[in-house]
Amino acid sequence: MSELKKTLTDPIFNNNPIGLQILGICSALAVTSSLSVSLVMCIALTSVVAFSNLFISLIRSTIPNNIRIIVQMIIIASLVIVVDQVLKAVAYEISKQLSVFVGLIITNCIVMGRAEAFAMKNPPFESFVDGLGNGLGYSVVLLTVGFIRELFGAGTLFGIEVLPLVTEGGWYNPNGLLLLPPSAFFIIGLLIWALRAWKTDQVEQPEFKLAAHQVAREGA
Amino acid sequence: MSNKDTVGKTIKVALALCIVCSVLVSAAAVILKPAQEANVQEDRQRNILAAAGLLEAGVPVSEQFANITARAVDLDTGAFIDNVDADGFDQLAAAKDPAQSDRLDAETDTAKIGRRENVGLVYIVGDASEPETVIIPVRGAGLWGQMYGFLALESDIQTIAGIGFYEHKETPGLGGEVDNPRWKALWPGKAAFRGEEVAIEVIKGSVDRESPTAAYKVDGLSGATLTTRGVSNLVQFWLGDSGYGPFLSSLKAGEA
Repeated sequence: MSELKKTLTDPIFNNNPIGLQILGICSALAVTSSLSVSLVMCIALTSVVAFSNLFISLIRSTIPNNIRIIVQMIIIASLVIVVDQVLKAVAYEISKQLSVFVGLIITNCIVMGRAEAFAMKNPPFESFVDGLGNGLGYSVVLLTVGFIRELFGAGTLFGIEVLPLVTEGGWYNPNGLLLLPPSAFFIIGLLIWALRAWKTDQVEQPEFKLAAHQVAREGA
Repeated sequence: MSNKDTVGKTIKVALALCIVCSVLVSAAAVILKPAQEANVQEDRQRNILAAAGLLEAGVPVSEQFANITARAVDLDTGAFIDNVDADGFDQLAAAKDPAQSDRLDAETDTAKIGRRENVGLVYIVGDASEPETVIIPVRGAGLWGQMYGFLALESDIQTIAGIGFYEHKETPGLGGEVDNPRWKALWPGKAAFRGEEVAIEVIKGSVDRESPTAAYKVDGLSGATLTTRGVSNLVQFWLGDSGYGPFLSSLKAGEA
């Protein structure tokens, strides 16, 4: 496998930003109650990571070391504002549902993490591909969670009825918990479990061992 | 380290970056502004149409809205005001502005909105003197936050034509069922007033169809007592004397 292809595909399963690095959980909880909103969030985040990596990498040799974090933040913030403005202009309904979460891409650890860890040290094209790969890794998790939550929480996919609800005269009694943010926690937890059961090298070594319970004995 | 870390270089890079980024951001904001404003406008019109039950899929919203005129109304006297540009008037902003609104005391403020604006908007379907439908904005506290919607009345200013909320924070599956078309379908045909009194209410549980007052009652949402109560209160508030009551009664009397 070529190095470039690895940069693109590694973050999807082998080094997933949510699954392995446990980054970007906050937005994954908030926007996944419907699939179309999740999809737009994925596109927004992927384009921000890819382009922020590209631009940061382009000027990486001129960024003064002591203000590099601020420089990264300015580039990321500008891109996020542009994405937010574009969404408001072309996908108003969805941008209303995403509300603050587009703006919060600025604080998404994935974006900063890739800028600092990859784009500062690698050429522009590789950085762009790395951004795309990490965006895709985030997207895989978001779309899976969104699929489960919307299908079993509301009986629809992309707003189209799949399981007819009891309240609409069908047979499916939806699980309301799935529409609330905590359910995304459970689903992401289960996904991480599944991923680590499949790729066992991702399992972390325990940092300490619990000692067996010992009963204190008098005079001991 | 290389000489890119000198003070001069640092300031130069920071300045250049700020200029490039600010040009990019302002360009995006300026270029996209017309499209964004059109979206906001269309969204508001769609909400109004949906509340009135007039929304048809497939027909452009602006075309459907052509038949509707927005008018400003003095909420205290109930008379139309002509010197306010109704299309550009932001009622929710007015409600926050101390110069254009009054604080409500706890007794009057059944919908828990805090402040009420002096001027409100109404949307009239058809001819202003012979309205087919009158649509008023309503808002009030639900369980988790304010609910914003529209209520439509038939030309007799008595029969409810429809209700719809375009923004709320109610629990999905429980209070969030205010968006359920089947629940909203319970509203059209209900009677709003008994004599001069606002009589419409949302009750807990189901309405007894045989009861003589069934026309004034709407089924509550199961599992969402507080949302149900909130909807009931806000509808009563905006139809009542502190809301659009004076306007509606003068419209009914043909004096508006």
